[in-house]
Amino acid sequence: MLDTQAASGEDGYITPDGRKIGGVAMEMRNITLRFGGVVAIKDISFDIRWGEIRAIIGPNGAGKSSMLNVISGFYHPQEGEVIYKGFRRPKMRPYQVARTGIARTFQNIALFEGMSVLDNIMTGRLHHMKANLFQQALWWGKASREEDENRAQVEKIIDFLEIQHIRKTPVARLPYGLKKRVELARALAAEPSILLLDEPMAGMNVEEKEDMCRFILDVNDEFGTTTVLIEHDMGVVMDLSDRVVVMDYGKKIGDGTPDDVRNDEEVIKAYLGVAHE
Amino acid sequence: MLYREAGDFKTSYVADSQTFPIKFDRVGYYVLLGFAFLVMPLIINDYWANSIVVPFLIYTIAALGLNILIGYCGQLSLGTGAFMAVGAYGSYKLMTAFPELNIVFVIIIAGFITAGVGVLFGLPSLRIKGFYLAVATLAAQFFLIWLFTRTAWFYNYSPTGMISAPQREVFGFAVTGPRASAVSMYMICLCFLVISAWLARNLTRGSLGRQWMAIRDMDIAAEIIGVNPLMAKLTAFAVSSFFIGISGALLFAVYLGAAEAGEAFGIDKSFLVLFMVIIGGLGSIFGAFAGAFFLIVGPVLLKLLLVNGLGWPTDLAAHLEIMIIGALILVFLILEPHGIAALWRTIKEKLRLWPFPY
Repeated sequence: MLDTQAASGEDGYITPDGRKIGGVAMEMRNITLRFGGVVAIKDISFDIRWGEIRAIIGPNGAGKSSMLNVISGFYHPQEGEVIYKGFRRPKMRPYQVARTGIARTFQNIALFEGMSVLDNIMTGRLHHMKANLFQQALWWGKASREEDENRAQVEKIIDFLEIQHIRKTPVARLPYGLKKRVELARALAAEPSILLLDEPMAGMNVEEKEDMCRFILDVNDEFGTTTVLIEHDMGVVMDLSDRVVVMDYGKKIGDGTPDDVRNDEEVIKAYLGVAHE
Repeated sequence: MLYREAGDFKTSYVADSQTFPIKFDRVGYYVLLGFAFLVMPLIINDYWANSIVVPFLIYTIAALGLNILIGYCGQLSLGTGAFMAVGAYGSYKLMTAFPELNIVFVIIIAGFITAGVGVLFGLPSLRIKGFYLAVATLAAQFFLIWLFTRTAWFYNYSPTGMISAPQREVFGFAVTGPRASAVSMYMICLCFLVISAWLARNLTRGSLGRQWMAIRDMDIAAEIIGVNPLMAKLTAFAVSSFFIGISGALLFAVYLGAAEAGEAFGIDKSFLVLFMVIIGGLGSIFGAFAGAFFLIVGPVLLKLLLVNGLGWPTDLAAHLEIMIIGALILVFLILEPHGIAALWRTIKEKLRLWPFPY
């Protein structure tokens, strides 16, 4: 097993391309998740640092998505704890976790099909809108003001992700690649501290993948958003991420920079494949 | 050619997100409002008020309410009749207990009482979905009607078991009781409808409306991006029941004058309003109007056409009317499963580009 601590002191580290990575944002400590007799995640620990792009890779069924679901509060691990922003996170409902600044996208697109692109992204800004039912009913004071202010924020994200032309289109009419982008926009609209991306490039063609890579890097660059992503395309993962966690059968078999991971015996055996010569 | 948005540039987000972004619609809306408030009171007579206009206005409020619950929040309910009864009995108890209280406040408070009851019967929605929820709300329908017919306190121990509305006035005009004129009945219902529609529109365009729609479209994703399902569903039940309660209070106090829970607010009322919502179009304010128009005004117009226009005997016309309405419902649902509102939307989209669609 690789040693991450060597690469990352308490005060963070500098990436090869010169970005400064901060201290620990979230730490997973000895997480074990079981579904009945099936152990989905077995005693896994790793940390996520402010500003970094952290990838989780592994073969199908390795428990990557389960891990993401633990982070976003959808699954509650039987053992272990999640330390977030320095505090142990109590058992929370998913919507409460979302309020602490964790946003995510889904493996199978989970947009609200009956709503327009704009409404979908505006839904992401839920926590920034505080008007109560009566203010909203009368469209008075806070309600209309907030709608306007948040729309301005949403428009920035729409510009950023270059989806101006589909703003008012019902989501159900969009092609797959654009849906993925709208989903990213919805997650970004929440202005998350940690952004979780579950296979953002699944099912995309090369061009769309390149676009998505650029967006992920730009988001990280522009807003300094800490990003955790699951992805199967090794080229993408190795190019994008600062550090990689490798999982297999619910266990962590590797953790480190892309170069470390690529050269790790165990990782190659389990996932990348051994070259037969 | 008049109906277009090309060249109509919006310079603020407020202007961009307004209810009627196209000028033609906006003008049409104000013309319609002006007609409803200024011209209709002059030409309305007892027959038109009683057989068409007043029930249309009242049922539109109910359809608005149910549309928020089913169309916007995706929670199926069959308890509409019972919630209307809560509004009716609530207004009756308030009218008799506080005779000085203005009828407008009585109706609004009855709406709030219904909202409370709606939340109570909405609690199962947190655990059960779809058809199973519909069956759970069916329990509300039967239980509440049973309660209102069995507990004498609700109808003030009257020997007939009926509730009847005493005369109440707004600005000196009787709006309830036998001496209420067609114009005053029309006006109070119209005011309640216009304000209800405005409130419904505001609630569905803002943050709360988006939470409801998020729950409707994908409840798990909604929860993960931060929608509290408990709050979203219960507010939908509360707001929906509020409107339904108001419509029940109006139906009893203004339109019927006297009512008995089992007869006036039975399960057929639940289905009537449900059909209005489905035929009109789920998730659309306009759909509530269209659905109520179709099911309330449609039969009357058909009868006028058959009896007065073609001179058919009344009994034959009455049977044919039911068959034709039934057939029309089927035709509509086959042509456009998403209701009249969707049909209207398609027409509007085509009109925008007409006559040069390329």
